[in-house]
Amino acid sequence: MVGILCVSTVAVLLPLIIIIVHVFIEGFSALSYEFFTEELGSPSRAIQERPTGLVHTIIGTIVVDALALIIAVPIGIGAGIMLSEYPEHVLNPSLRIMNDTLNGMPAILKGLFVFVLIVKPMGTFSGLAGSVALSVVMLPIIARTTESALQSIPWTIREAGLALGLPRWMVVFSTVIPAAKTGLITGVLLAFARAVGEAAPLLFTSFGNNYLPNNWWGFIVDPTDTLPQRLYSLAISPYEQWHGMGWAAAIVLFGIVMITFMIARFLTRDKLQYKQ
Amino acid sequence: MSEQDIYLKSPKRLNPTTNSNHSPMNFRMETKNLTVKYGSVVGVKDISIAFPDKTVTALIGPSGCGKTTYLRALNRMHDLTREANVEGEVLLDNKNIYDENVNPVIIRRKVGMVFQKPTPFPTMSIYDNVVAGLKLVGIRDKTILNETCERALKQAALFEEVKDRLKTAAVSLSGGQQQRLSIARALAVEPGVLLMDEPTSSLDPQATLRIEELIHELKKNITIIIITHNMQQAARVSDKTAFFYMGDLIEVGDTNTLFTNPSKKQTEDYITGRFG
Repeated sequence: MVGILCVSTVAVLLPLIIIIVHVFIEGFSALSYEFFTEELGSPSRAIQERPTGLVHTIIGTIVVDALALIIAVPIGIGAGIMLSEYPEHVLNPSLRIMNDTLNGMPAILKGLFVFVLIVKPMGTFSGLAGSVALSVVMLPIIARTTESALQSIPWTIREAGLALGLPRWMVVFSTVIPAAKTGLITGVLLAFARAVGEAAPLLFTSFGNNYLPNNWWGFIVDPTDTLPQRLYSLAISPYEQWHGMGWAAAIVLFGIVMITFMIARFLTRDKLQYKQ
Repeated sequence: MSEQDIYLKSPKRLNPTTNSNHSPMNFRMETKNLTVKYGSVVGVKDISIAFPDKTVTALIGPSGCGKTTYLRALNRMHDLTREANVEGEVLLDNKNIYDENVNPVIIRRKVGMVFQKPTPFPTMSIYDNVVAGLKLVGIRDKTILNETCERALKQAALFEEVKDRLKTAAVSLSGGQQQRLSIARALAVEPGVLLMDEPTSSLDPQATLRIEELIHELKKNITIIIITHNMQQAARVSDKTAFFYMGDLIEVGDTNTLFTNPSKKQTEDYITGRFG
């Protein structure tokens, strides 16, 4: 019996290990100083071994994901508070259903929705459109994790606050949310880690770009490169050199996600110690 | 000046009615034909009890008889439960607290509550817990906060034990200390009525004794309504006792009379331990 369990364990771990090892073997040689300082440019740069890199992609990813967080965190946490703290509110059941539906909706559809909503009226692909698409990916995750983090705080704490003659919103913001703080941060980080790896919603929103924009503003209003979408473009390109850079992009993406998960892990462990 | 203004601006007179000249037989609180339903399930029905000012009334009865349901109706704690429906009147100083123009937040400031389990706010220090009811409504004056903290902790017989570590986390206290802290926090906002839902059920005999002594001390100033499963405790601390059974008020009267010469057979059976 234990033997079967060991086989399952190995079967779970094996793909992960193969992916990590393979990505590092293929991509490591392409990681150079230029990779982090130069823009990609046209394929000829790579072919002729002129300096080329993905600095615009890395910055673009950070800008687009940060903007997505700025949009999704207040809305998502607000929705989570509604789900958890106002169960008797008329909007609560419909919010729950819609949140679950949004969570299950394919990411490419979210991209399509933002394409119609923002890209068409703006007349151009943009980092902003990508951010909105990613924020739609993050929203239901943040709302759900916020709800469960708040639900883990006993109801008696809320009643004790109310019994002091505090208004309900004040009880929520001054006692419940501070107590659930690590849970909320963890939820946001998990949503972030999930959205960072999404390519589908970005394909026709932020679209991609081989060059650095003229100024910082360009990351928001012009087509912007992001790691998962660049990884896809590099991988399907016909150039050997770009394939290597694609693997290197995968390493960077992998690193960002791992760091985010490690921070989330660290914070949850911190919470356990606090409870003891 | 509205009641809220008085509360905010002159904290020395937090509760203007506390020190008014009620004669001992004045009824501070009274319920008339109070019925609480959860959907179609009746929690308590048709309860009429008057609570004289500066007395202790014990509510006794077997588990599930509606004592807690009744108690929670007295400071509008049922407002949070959508299915709960309160009919009849609850008079506080001869005003129905369920009238449409009454703000439940103001009511809960006057009618404090202590719960079965200690409910310290987990992220706050001992000091912040005690003054939470003042600080969060905007009282920032350090002298007032310090005085209130000391007074409330002394009233709750906790001051000597914690005076050197007021800034440490409230959750570091023992269970009995946490319960006295919860009482101190309720007393800090100077309620005129204090509802206690089995405040000693999770405490050891030593801590129970201290809280009973505290109740004796407190009734010089305020009206206390306490739920207890402990007959001896009801006999020790209360002036009046009400016996609940299956959602009905079977008997209410002077504690001595009720325990020595109950008028109903059910009451006699319960207090002599034949059921419940």
